[in-house]
Amino acid sequence: MRLFTHNMLSSNIKGVANGFPLRIEVDQVVEKQVDFHPDFLRNMFPKLEWKALVDAARTMGYTELPEEADSSMLESEEFLRKLHHALLELHLEEGALVCPETGRKFPVNKGIPNMLLHEDEV
Amino acid sequence: MSNRPELLAPPEIFYDDSEARKYTSSSRIIDIQARLSERALELLALPVDGIPRLLLDIGCGSGLSGETLTENGHQWIGLDVSQSMLNIALEREVEGDLLLGDMGQGLALRPGIIDGAISISAVQWLCNADKSSHEPRLRLKAFFGSLYRCLARGARAVFQVYPENIAQRELILRSAMHAGFAGGVVIDYPHSAKSRKEYLVLTCGPPSLSTAVPRGKGEDGESCSEDENSEENQMVCISDRNRPKKKQKITRKGKGRDWIFKKKEQLRRKGNAVPPDTRYTGRKRKARF
Ligand SMILES: C[S@@+](CC[C@H](N)C(=O)[O-])C[C@H]1O[C@@H](n2cnc3c(N)ncnc32)[C@H](O)[C@@H]1O
Repeated sequence: MRLFTHNMLSSNIKGVANGFPLRIEVDQVVEKQVDFHPDFLRNMFPKLEWKALVDAARTMGYTELPEEADSSMLESEEFLRKLHHALLELHLEEGALVCPETGRKFPVNKGIPNMLLHEDEV
Repeated sequence: MSNRPELLAPPEIFYDDSEARKYTSSSRIIDIQARLSERALELLALPVDGIPRLLLDIGCGSGLSGETLTENGHQWIGLDVSQSMLNIALEREVEGDLLLGDMGQGLALRPGIIDGAISISAVQWLCNADKSSHEPRLRLKAFFGSLYRCLARGARAVFQVYPENIAQRELILRSAMHAGFAGGVVIDYPHSAKSRKEYLVLTCGPPSLSTAVPRGKGEDGESCSEDENSEENQMVCISDRNRPKKKQKITRKGKGRDWIFKKKEQLRRKGNAVPPDTRYTGRKRKARF
């Protein structure tokens, strides 16, 4: 799971009012290089919850993202490169996602979060 | 594989390790899924500006459909309930992010963030109650409700589906409309038993020009490559009802009684049961017909 996905995921357990952001527990992070597409980043930027991304990246060991960001920064190649790395190149390979309200853990194995709910959570 | 795997077992049981591998090593299946996905992507009608979008692939399986999204330059998140299918997707190093999840439990995604969704040969699975706690109506509602919320306004969702019968198609469509979607069903090659394919084309937001449902391929007899060698299918591909009025008139006139007599004679020689030639044969009908 990469951080653009983490930034979109929200716990949908029955009764949870605010399931975002899921807290990340890291056992293993892997980095994989992918092609740089500034257009994709510009399209994604307005949809991102910035603080959640900065925190998630930090948990994964990447601390280069600025605390605050606005769309004017999309002009800067340096900023885009950092955003690219944080969103698309860091993979949570093993670990867990934790519901911020209930503390329920969604395990992540081989990079795949298990979001299946138990029957009483639907 | 049975014609309707969803009647055999729940998806996470049916698509076990061996079925997942079998499914993904059949070149026929790979080819069909790629074609269905191409068409779904086309019906998604994303702006043609070359910008990679964030898409969802629901029931992504081993990633055959997602690969088409990658080839077209998009980023995607795939959801599937079968760990075995997802394992094959990992093996094949698909580019999308994968989630193990059940669409019938609703999508765990934030509102308004997804640029489009496709689902290839998966949504009909929701119509079955695989566990005593499963109520298809509620699962469809949870699915479409959550999908509607996570899509950006104006975004589309295109599902290629194999409904078991009309009632099932109605059920799926009604659930989508209840969730707020506009749209309808596009049928490609409706006159061909073999090539006929159904797509649910849904738009998020109130009905407008952009929510009009596009036409299916082969609706007016445009031939479909798979059928070209089968005379039978070619004939049923042509539907008089769907042809524009003007064209119909011209052809009628052009053919006339002699043509009909000749055709009937041919069919008789083939041994077909053909009604006798009478003074009513090929006669012009009154307008009220
Ligand atoms: C025929 S396969 C299609 C896979 C892929 N879309 C393709 O084109 O190759 C159907 C997939 O739908 C998945 N599926 C069925 N019910 C599901 C559900 N409730 N939630 C998520 N996935 C489901 C199955 O596990 C299976 O992988």
